[in-house]
Amino acid sequence: MDFFLLLLTSGIAVGGIYALIALGFVLIYKATSIINFATGEFMMIGAYIFYTCSVLIGWPAIPSFLVVMAGAGLLGLMVEKTILRHMLGQPTISIVMVTIGLSSILTGLAEMIWSSDFKSFPPLFPRAPIIIGDLIIRSNLFWGFVVAMGTVAVFALIFKYAKVGVAMRATAGDQMAAFSMGINVRSMFTLAWIFGAIAASIGGLIIGNIGGVQPNLGGIGLKIFPVVILGGLDSIGGAVLGGLIVGIIENLAGGYLDPMIGGGVKNIAPFVVLVLILMVRPYGLFGRKEIERL
Amino acid sequence: MRIGDYKESYSADEAVFVTPTSRFWLGVLFVCLALFPFFAGEYLLYMANITGIAVVAALGLNILTGATGQISLGHAAFVGIGAYTSAVLTNRLGLPLLLCLPLAGLASAFFGVLVGAPSMRMKGLYLCITTLAAQVIFEFFFVHWESLTGGIRGLNVPSPSIFGLDVGSEFGFYWVTLIVVILAATMSRNLFRTRIGRAFIAIRDRDISAELMGINLFRYKLYSFAVSSFLAGVAGCLWVNHLKSITPEHFPLHESIRYLAMIIVGGLGNILGAIYGAVFMTLIPEALSAVLKFFEGYFPQAMAYLYPLQTVVFGFLIVLFLVFEPHGLAEMWCRVKAYFRLWPFKH
Repeated sequence: MDFFLLLLTSGIAVGGIYALIALGFVLIYKATSIINFATGEFMMIGAYIFYTCSVLIGWPAIPSFLVVMAGAGLLGLMVEKTILRHMLGQPTISIVMVTIGLSSILTGLAEMIWSSDFKSFPPLFPRAPIIIGDLIIRSNLFWGFVVAMGTVAVFALIFKYAKVGVAMRATAGDQMAAFSMGINVRSMFTLAWIFGAIAASIGGLIIGNIGGVQPNLGGIGLKIFPVVILGGLDSIGGAVLGGLIVGIIENLAGGYLDPMIGGGVKNIAPFVVLVLILMVRPYGLFGRKEIERL
Repeated sequence: MRIGDYKESYSADEAVFVTPTSRFWLGVLFVCLALFPFFAGEYLLYMANITGIAVVAALGLNILTGATGQISLGHAAFVGIGAYTSAVLTNRLGLPLLLCLPLAGLASAFFGVLVGAPSMRMKGLYLCITTLAAQVIFEFFFVHWESLTGGIRGLNVPSPSIFGLDVGSEFGFYWVTLIVVILAATMSRNLFRTRIGRAFIAIRDRDISAELMGINLFRYKLYSFAVSSFLAGVAGCLWVNHLKSITPEHFPLHESIRYLAMIIVGGLGNILGAIYGAVFMTLIPEALSAVLKFFEGYFPQAMAYLYPLQTVVFGFLIVLFLVFEPHGLAEMWCRVKAYFRLWPFKH
């Protein structure tokens, strides 16, 4: 039972971080209907910017964190302005491939700039493990979860109450209507990319803090697909729920099945669940069936 | 200058190669391909072989993604299934290459239909993610079904032979690859002159309209998955017999993306495009490494950047082609031809 609870809590903690990265995907998809396969690479770049500021330059954590946000925002802005702006209205395959190409560019550049070696961060959070009742949670994981959930909450509040957030939701709902109400739809698209990149980069920072950073870190980005399919592509609440479910499934499968089969189950379990769910509900657990007209 | 359309019979209208000129140049191409191995060295033959294998796989993906519009992120897994099937059949049952080729294709086609089955109910992004899941799951089996696949150490196969004639050398295998490439290209080309192929294109252009016109969407999508993964399986069989060993590392997600990049750079839904794209994307890394070798004299560490530079260039090619030349190399080639045909007039 203890083993189960241990897996469950670490699953929830990891799931919270997945939720944040998935949020980076959902923000972009919601506003622009673009499927961003480079979310994982945004994450990786965020982690590297933090590494550069805190280790190579030697700044304390808070200014480094602000630079990460600024850098990620700039990256999102540039990507939207130079590449994705031209892809509006193109078929799915083109959009999928252009973001895959982007992820390849970012991975290669990161390897050229920071080399393919493994880099680790200075400790950000207090070292002592967190003890709740009988449970012991690694401090990095616990604080990572707290930061991730905090960020998700901030974004959710922005969307709910801030003027910008309401405008973005309006754009996502109906572009023409938003346009006629005086919302600058184009700048909303740009803003969605900036927000998405920032959310992903904070996720990258947390993951980098737990396990170090290297150019292949972006591979974790593939895990957001089970998350977003579970949670629905355009819902923030769904992303959180999906993230938690995937985190828990992954850890339980890893804990119980890995010793029997010999490793690797942890990585495919979310995808197996994904396939099963799509078989039953082709639009995801919380997704809406789109109505098409000719 | 060629103007007007002077076809007088249906057979002339349906001909694949419309003009005597195109037939002439095709003949020249065949002669060159046949003479090539007698002049090329071992390395060039090796490059020709891996290019040919990539062409077969890209032709397969072109049918599914280019012509039917179903995005597949799992093509490398199907190539892998073909390769493993062929290796197991050769090692355990001692089947010859000529039998392995179709059997590997059929095995891949079977799994292709299995993966394609959900396409009855979903499309676009959701299907794309299902194929991604298939890629991840098949990769898991390649690594962990050790009794069959040999795990991460992979499998070795003996040198292939046809009717007792050893074709294991680069020179011998060139002929096998060449014949398979020609068969695959001819089959692809003719497929789109039949009802099935035209149904594929109708599904790509607008699936609902296609269904209204009496095309059974589910059945034709499954056909498309089957044909596409059949070619992938054949490519896999060639692959394993060429390299004479396989490991799961040969078929990662990145390889699937490379096949997608080939058909995009070449021109989606275009058979010549798939061939151009496969050749181009296979030769680019070689060209890059040649360029870096040249610069090594000036910057001694140049070669260290080879791998990341390949990744960056690969990404840039995809992005630039999609933004500036969405119809790919095939379209560029058409424009060049049109320019010379119309010269000195502009339009």
